[in-house]
Amino acid sequence: MPSEENYEKVQEVLEDALGVDADEVTPEATLVGDLGAESIDFLDIVFRLEKAFEIKIDQSELFPENVLNDPQYVQDGKVTDNGMEELRKRLPHVDLETFDKERDVDSFSNVFTVDAVVKFVESKL
Amino acid sequence: MRWIWLDRILTLDPGKSLVALKNISAAEDVIHDAVPAVPHMPHTLIIEGMAQAAGILVGHTGHFREKVILAKITRAQFEPLVPGPGTALRHTATLDRFDPSGAATTGTVDLLDPATGSAQPFARIQLMFSHIDQNRAGLEFPDHNFVFTDQFMGLLERSGIPTPN
Repeated sequence: MPSEENYEKVQEVLEDALGVDADEVTPEATLVGDLGAESIDFLDIVFRLEKAFEIKIDQSELFPENVLNDPQYVQDGKVTDNGMEELRKRLPHVDLETFDKERDVDSFSNVFTVDAVVKFVESKL
Repeated sequence: MRWIWLDRILTLDPGKSLVALKNISAAEDVIHDAVPAVPHMPHTLIIEGMAQAAGILVGHTGHFREKVILAKITRAQFEPLVPGPGTALRHTATLDRFDPSGAATTGTVDLLDPATGSAQPFARIQLMFSHIDQNRAGLEFPDHNFVFTDQFMGLLERSGIPTPN
């Protein structure tokens, strides 16, 4: 269970990085679909999390999209079994259960929720 | 940056900050476009000035090997001042974070009045830059650095700023 303090710090980071209101940043909100994050925002979020929590983050740790550019993990727009295994290994902070049903690459961004970001940060503390 | 908006780089502290000057002249058409009765530099072009100042700082930090593209205006706040002809803008860009993927900068703009010697805080602008060859989508761009052109490097040269090897 994420601490209230960490959740509020992540909430503040996302408000500043994405220009959204506090009430939009719910635990289940997706960064891309619900909060409108674009590619460059992920780098902004990483920079701000590093500063807020005084931690060091490699962008690919939090958002390893390079997995989805690798043909050994993706075929015909769907993540393969090997790809799912790699994603689970690389993204222990993310709930991949729903994504696993369709494995559609285009909907992958929906796995990045506010809750996943909080869990990731807490794993680094 | 296909055109040079800044007049001169005043100082550059490598990897940390850069200060640049933009004079505002009544001879510039753009000064008269937004509100013809009140010629002034539009806020959008003040952001452009900061993007160039901060972009040079980011490019210099990466030894001009990366193609540095403005990716996001994180925040831009302006005081209710009128930057009219005969004044100048001093852009001070500070590097907050530099990463293989890109950089974040914070900048302040002061409005300088040569008649009084005053310098009034005018704007605060936060920007994000992308090193586009390192983009996460794996897109490829031309080899030559089309951002930092000879024309652009000339600004550094005539400002007396050494370029990194």
